[in-house]
Amino acid sequence: MLEIRNLHAGVQGNEILKGISLKVNVGEVHAIMGPNGSGKSTLAQVLAGRETYEVTQGQVIYEGKNLLEMAPEDRAREGLFMAFQYPVEIPGVTNTYFLKAGLNAIRKHRGLEELDAIDFLSLVKEKMKLVGMDESLLSRHVNEGFSGGEKKRNEIFQMAVLDPKLAILDETDSGLDIDALRIVADGVNKHSRKDNAVIIVTHYQRLLNYIIPDFVHVLVDGRIVKSGGKELALELEEKGYDWLKDEAENVTVNAQESS
Amino acid sequence: MATQTNTIEELANREYKYGFVTDIEADSAPRGLNEDIIRFIAAKKNDPEWMLEWRLKAYRHWLTMKEPTWANIHYPPIDYQNMIYYSAPKQEKQPKSLGEVDPELLRTYEKLGISLAEQERLTGVAVDAVFDSVSVATTFSEKLKDIGIIFCAFSEAVQNHPELVKKYLGSVVPYSDNFFATLNSAVFSDGSFCYIPKGVRCPMELSTYFRINAAETGQFERTLIIAEEGAYVSYLEGCTAPMRDTNQLHAAVVELVALDNAQIKYATVQNWYPGDKDGKGGIYNFVTKRGKCAGVNSKISWTQVETGSAITWKYPGVILQGDNSIGEFYSVALTNNYQQADTGTKMIHVGKNTRSTIVSKGISAGHGSNSYRGLVKILKNATNARNFSQCDSLLLGDKCGAHTFPYIELKNTSSTMEHEASTSKIGEDQIFYCKQRGLSSEDAVNMIVNGFCKEVFRELPMEFAVEAQKLLGVSLEGSVG
Repeated sequence: MLEIRNLHAGVQGNEILKGISLKVNVGEVHAIMGPNGSGKSTLAQVLAGRETYEVTQGQVIYEGKNLLEMAPEDRAREGLFMAFQYPVEIPGVTNTYFLKAGLNAIRKHRGLEELDAIDFLSLVKEKMKLVGMDESLLSRHVNEGFSGGEKKRNEIFQMAVLDPKLAILDETDSGLDIDALRIVADGVNKHSRKDNAVIIVTHYQRLLNYIIPDFVHVLVDGRIVKSGGKELALELEEKGYDWLKDEAENVTVNAQESS
Repeated sequence: MATQTNTIEELANREYKYGFVTDIEADSAPRGLNEDIIRFIAAKKNDPEWMLEWRLKAYRHWLTMKEPTWANIHYPPIDYQNMIYYSAPKQEKQPKSLGEVDPELLRTYEKLGISLAEQERLTGVAVDAVFDSVSVATTFSEKLKDIGIIFCAFSEAVQNHPELVKKYLGSVVPYSDNFFATLNSAVFSDGSFCYIPKGVRCPMELSTYFRINAAETGQFERTLIIAEEGAYVSYLEGCTAPMRDTNQLHAAVVELVALDNAQIKYATVQNWYPGDKDGKGGIYNFVTKRGKCAGVNSKISWTQVETGSAITWKYPGVILQGDNSIGEFYSVALTNNYQQADTGTKMIHVGKNTRSTIVSKGISAGHGSNSYRGLVKILKNATNARNFSQCDSLLLGDKCGAHTFPYIELKNTSSTMEHEASTSKIGEDQIFYCKQRGLSSEDAVNMIVNGFCKEVFRELPMEFAVEAQKLLGVSLEGSVG
């Protein structure tokens, strides 16, 4: 579904991603972990098409297409979703209106009929239960005055409604208390199926107590220094990231030697 | 999506939709302004003596006045002698019904999306269509007459209801009020007149659609609306003009009078030609609009969506004379490319327990400059008067400007005033967030801007709100890169 080959990206000449390769197949859940400043969020944003970042090298193939050549909205329409680390407020625009516009733009792109208000509402009600969201949030303006937890839940709710093929959760767990964390994880687990994929970007292991990943990758200084199964997350929890930083240096040395 | 194939540049260069010219023979005054021209206009309108005297009085006063320079707008000097003050489509005789109106004119309005013939059949909105200097058709006049409502061209009112016109003309905006209002008083040619008798609730929206067609002609229309005791009326005004690379002056006057327990809602969607993307051409919209809450418990609300014109200079105000009267002003002003707007309101609290609300939303894009200028004046006897003002500015890009000039004069200590102001920028973050959910840049900006304007749009009648939203979208096209 997604193949990242030797991806280099940065901001204003400052390289953040220094050669990432990663393959995500349909039906898989991948966790990308790493210390602060390792480039986890940058990777998520680059995949979503954020213009702030410049890709200097490498390729990303998504469902056989060159993802990096697609506009952000086209990526969304092709089924790529990112749950934001800091969801943005849009004053005066209700959650429902926003989501309906998005969903219909996606449906239209896929040649599906746009949903009318009634069909949309019944879909929304069904998905709300999934994330235990209060109905009053529907008529409120997008993220305006939402608590941190409400914002994150709203992201998962949007994911549930838009039903993406590839969902990227950018530190969705940060700032959540344990109950909210459980609800968010529950939402992701219900969403995760044989025909879609999820990439979870996180600093902490605790979300992975609730969402069991098929693969865990550790990102340090813009490179994946270690990949493994779900047990790797536990190892990280125990040992922290420092021991991997040494490995990162080895990777650098190796990379330099081989180049 | 269809818009997907359009590049931003194409969108930016898309033409103003209403920029066409109707090829119709016109009957115009010679260029320039002097007493003879005023007599010429008066003769064309078949003015009674008192009307002509009023015009001349205004003209003589105008000669002593200077064009105001305090507004935050910039334009080359206007040559008032190089302008045509009267232009009317040639008609054999005054049409008595729609069937007698020149089909070319009807087609013009149809092209503008206002089918007068259809309006005649569909209930809901009665339209007075003003083309250059004259009213060409008024729909539903007869039906409204049955319940005592007078809705007609201003010039007809002068002929048929001189007592009402004499009583109220200049009672809210005196002929000596300001440079542009005084000029209008001298040369105004037509406009709408509306009278709602005591206790009558007008069953449909009344509207005037202003169209400038002739070149190098100023449009000076005058609207007068009177709501007698306990009456209610909701009024809409729309405007467009052809695309021309010279500037044209539009100096209108609107006067509203609400007596005891009466209510007038006045909404404007102004879409005069704004000039091209380099700032060439466009309408100078220098307009004086004022309402008087003359009676107790009366209410006047102004709602305006100003998207057109090269320059907008406009401060619809309310004189809150009657005790417990209410004045409201809801405004969305958008400036794109090189448009300039200096607009706001005046709320003059005279009576006790009077209340006013001001909600102003300014949007600047391109090189646009947008100023809110508002005066809230609470006089000595206005005990317990209250005002709430909210002025928000939204900026798109980094070449535009937003300014707020609130003026406050308080002479009564029992009164309350609140003022809130904010300036924000449409962030890359907001746009990216929308795009990540599948929306195009244009749809994202439209959504954000419409959300910003929501408080104002909900004051508009339904169909108008939809039109206003679309208009904002069109006016903003090309403002995001």
